[in-house]
This record gives sequence, C-alpha cells and structure tokens, in this order.
Amino acid sequence: MAITDTAKAAAANPRATLQDWLPKLVLAPSFALILLFVYGFILFTLALSFTGSKLLPDFSTWVGFNNYVRLFNHPNWIVALKNLAIFSILYIFICSVLGLGLAILLDQKIRGEGVIRPIYLYPMALSFIVTGVAWKWFLDPGIGLENVMHQWGWESFSFRWIKEGKMAIYTIVIAAIWQSSGFVMAMFLAGLRGVDNEVIKAAQIDGASTVTIYRRIIIPLMRPVFLSAFVVLAHLAIKSYDLVVAMTDGGPGTATWTPALFMQKFTFGRNEMGMGASSAIIMMIMIFSIIVPYLYSELGGGKKQ
Amino acid sequence: MSVPSQDNAARTGLFARAIIYSALILFAVYYLLPLYVMLVNSLKPLDEIRQGNMLALPNQWTFEPWRSAWSTAQIGVSPTGLKPYFLNSIMMVVPAVALSTVLGAQNGYVLTKWRFKGDNIVFGLMLLACFIPFQIVLIPSARILGLLGLAGTIPGLILIHMVYGLGFTTLFFRNYYEAFPTELIRAAQIDGASFFQIFRRILLPSSGPIIVVTVIWQFTNIWNDFLFGSSFSSVDSIPITVALNNLVNSSTGVKEYNVHFAGAILAALPTLIVYIVSGRYFVRGLMAGAVKG
Repeated sequence: MAITDTAKAAAANPRATLQDWLPKLVLAPSFALILLFVYGFILFTLALSFTGSKLLPDFSTWVGFNNYVRLFNHPNWIVALKNLAIFSILYIFICSVLGLGLAILLDQKIRGEGVIRPIYLYPMALSFIVTGVAWKWFLDPGIGLENVMHQWGWESFSFRWIKEGKMAIYTIVIAAIWQSSGFVMAMFLAGLRGVDNEVIKAAQIDGASTVTIYRRIIIPLMRPVFLSAFVVLAHLAIKSYDLVVAMTDGGPGTATWTPALFMQKFTFGRNEMGMGASSAIIMMIMIFSIIVPYLYSELGGGKKQ
Repeated sequence: MSVPSQDNAARTGLFARAIIYSALILFAVYYLLPLYVMLVNSLKPLDEIRQGNMLALPNQWTFEPWRSAWSTAQIGVSPTGLKPYFLNSIMMVVPAVALSTVLGAQNGYVLTKWRFKGDNIVFGLMLLACFIPFQIVLIPSARILGLLGLAGTIPGLILIHMVYGLGFTTLFFRNYYEAFPTELIRAAQIDGASFFQIFRRILLPSSGPIIVVTVIWQFTNIWNDFLFGSSFSSVDSIPITVALNNLVNSSTGVKEYNVHFAGAILAALPTLIVYIVSGRYFVRGLMAGAVKG
C-alpha cells in the first residue's frame, strides 16, 4: 500500500514525506468537490426519487418505485422520450455525415480554408439561447422564411413547422444541427490531418482513385472520431434543454418536451419533486449507458499501451 | 491528411474542384444566414421587419434597437436593458474560468507525472462527472447553496460552474501532459526541484496551447450556460443568457424583434470575439488534446 510506504519514508525524512503527499494534497480538493457535488448529489437525487417529495425534499414518505411507475405512465414523459429518439437519431446522424463531408471537402487543399473554417465553426461559440432566438424568428411564419418566400412572389409557400405539434421537434433538430455540425467537422478535420501520408501515397501509387482511398482507407481510419462524435452528440442530445426553451418552451402544447424539460417543469413548475428526481435518474442511466463503456474502453486502451 | 495534393488535384480536375468550392460556399452561406438575419434586422425599425423582407437590407438604418437592448429594454420587471446582466455574466465567468483552469492544470500534472495507486479510478470518476445530465444535481445543488448562504448569488454560481467544469479542465490538461516527456520531470527531481518548481518552471512554460484551449472551452460553456443560471440566480445575479430569454419570451407587450436580435448578438459577442481571435488555436488544440482522449 502506498500509505505504508509513505509512513516508512516519513520516519526517514520529513521533507520527503511532504513531497510524497503533496501531489495527493493538490488533487484532493478537486476530487472531494467532485465526490460531493457529483456522486453525493446523484445519491441524494436517487434517494429523492423514492420519496413522495412535492415542493421540497421530504424524506419522511417513502413510496418505493411509485414515481417511476407514474413517470412511465405519464403521457408527457412518453412524448419526451419519443422526441428524444427523433431528435438524437437525426441530430447525431446528420451532424456526423455533414461534419465528415465538410471536413473531406475542406481537406482538398482549399484556397481560403482559413476563412471558411471559422465560418463553419462559429455557431458552436453561441449560446443555445442565441441560436434559439435566431431560428425561432427565422422559422416564424409571420416574419421569417415563409414571409420571405411570399415577398419574393412564391405565394403558396408554406413552412410553419414551428407552430405545428407534429413537426415542431424537427425545427429544433434543424437549429441544433446548425449549431453543432461545424464542431463535428472540426473533429473530423483534425482526424483527417492526423492520417499518415505514407499510407495514402502507397495507395495512390497502386492506382487507387481518390474515392476509393477515402472509402477504403481514410473513412475506416476515422472510426475513433466517429465514436468521439457519437458520444459528444449523444450526451448533448440527452441534455438538450436550452434550445427547446428558447425556441418553443416545449410547445405547441407539450409537442416539443424533452426529458430535460420534463424534469425542470415537473420539479420546479408542478412541484412534483419526486417524479422530477426519477426523470433525472432515467436521464443519467441513458447517458451513462453510452458514456461508461466508451470511457472504459478509452481508459482500458490507455493501460494496454 | 493532406495528400490529395497537386497531383491529386490535377486528377480530380477543374470541374470537380468547381463543385467542391460551390458546396463549401453554399454551406458557408447556410452557417452565416442566421447571423446575417439577426444583424440586418437588428438595424431596422420594427415596422420594416413586420412588413418587409427579413433578408433585405434595412431601408432605414437605426441603432435604436441596440441602444434599447443594451440599456432600456424591459427585462422581467425592470427596464434596464441587458447591461446589468452582461456585467453579472462577466463577474461570474472570469473567476469561474480562472479557478477551474488552475485546478485542472494541477490535477492534470498530478495525474500524469505523480501517478499513484488508484489514480485511474480518480481520473475516471472526474471524467465521468463531465457527462452527467445536470438535472440530476439541480435539487441538491440548490440545497447546498442555501446551506452555504450562497443561494441566488454570483459567488454561488461561480462555485457551481467551477465544480462542474473541473472534469473537463482536468481531462484537457491530463491529455496534454501525458505527451510531455516524463524524463524531463525525473531529471529535475534528481536535481532537487520540488513539486511546484517542476510545475512552474518545466510544465507551465510549455502549456500555452492547452491553457488557451481550456480557457476558451470554459469561457464559452460558462458564458453560454442557461440551466444553472436560470435555476440558481436571483434578481441581481441573473446572467445574460437568462436575461436574453426573458427579453425574448416575455409574453407582455409588442414583440420587438429588432431588439431581440440586437440583444442576441450582444449576448453572443464575447464568445464570438474569442472565436474570431483564437479559433485557429482552438482547432489546433483540439487536435493536440481533446480528440486523442
């Protein structure tokens, strides 16, 4: 054990002891904060999800899995889960395809890359609230795109998804893709620039076409980037909250509720803290079931090297 | 990867390159369009937005919406504009970024150069903390801020942002320092350099890029945060994002689109400037640090 080692060293040389302990002392405050604020708080919320808490935490009434049962029988939660499925599938898929495509195009010795790249990347610098404001009005039938088309003489043009219960979630997908695809592009571009030139030169000498080189050699090499992008986008999708608040605030009706919005509205709006806590636990389980295997393989891989 | 070079370019031909450039420019337009819409409409009088075309340049240029968004627009109950909230955000962001970056650098240093039994578990737990849905900590966080007497204050928000940023800052520095030659550290140790001397004299001087990446990351995340801001702030600690949302989504009165757009640009300006100034750096840092995670 490290502790007995340091104890022995302590007897030998007090100064050396301090040096031995210093690294751990430096790390300790951060680690303690994380243990409390992350893992302690998760346990708190977990406990809360088994209570009948309403407005305030109340650990006197235990209700077992009742909150979870009510949660999965609640139409708003089902809507939130459906929306999450639609949102994350489209968001992850389109962002990855767009990101990879743009990165490949941008990697063709493009003149003016230094101008184009920041243009693709800047939405990522914006708050989801700002993005939400921009797209909310841009897609608003009264003043936005529909109105523009009418002004240009295309009188029959109609685009009012943001006002339609069935389609509103897709407008949030559009805005979210606009916001994140540049970032994914940057990840892929970094990946492409890291590919060994020799491999590609060899393939070129063998007469492989550019398309073949990309399809057979380069894109398969992007596997780790796909994985990173997937993890980043999936967890952003599950957490999606700000953008929905800014664009539709869950509306029309409950059409664009997401799990994060559900948690917020039930806990702080409807004083159903127990159910809010259980929805947060489900969100965490969803995220961890993606993240934990990923991190495990990453850290495990590190050890093997 | 930058091989499809001259010879390859020649092979793909002029036509292919024309298509590539058109596609790239088309997407540049797509990414710029919302910003353009916000900008031109923030410079129009309200009637012109209602009756005119959103994509058209203003007939009558006006800075009035900007003035209004900054200093007179009605936000919540008071007609203060975004200015006080902008200042709140600055007072919140600067300490939170500084603290989380300094701690992250030290953590990264310990986790790579002073490894101990179980360090992987410590790092794993810190890393996992990056990805939790913050909804799961909202209720207990509100409690603990209350217990500490920090509920609804800027120091309370600083604490929260610092803590939940630690995982990322530690990750960035750990990945960066991992590649730093450990022999140099060992040599300095043999020469009698102390723990902090090694950090200050050997690691810090070559940490420029990763510090920039971390600061940009933390700055954008904290500046743009909405969830914590809306959950833990009170009247005099509301950050800019929350104020902007209040401005845009307040149900009373006329919808002043031009003021909303001006306000949105104001709220975005600090992070936009950071990207314009150091976006190149960010991509470089991404390659050096984060992606290889």
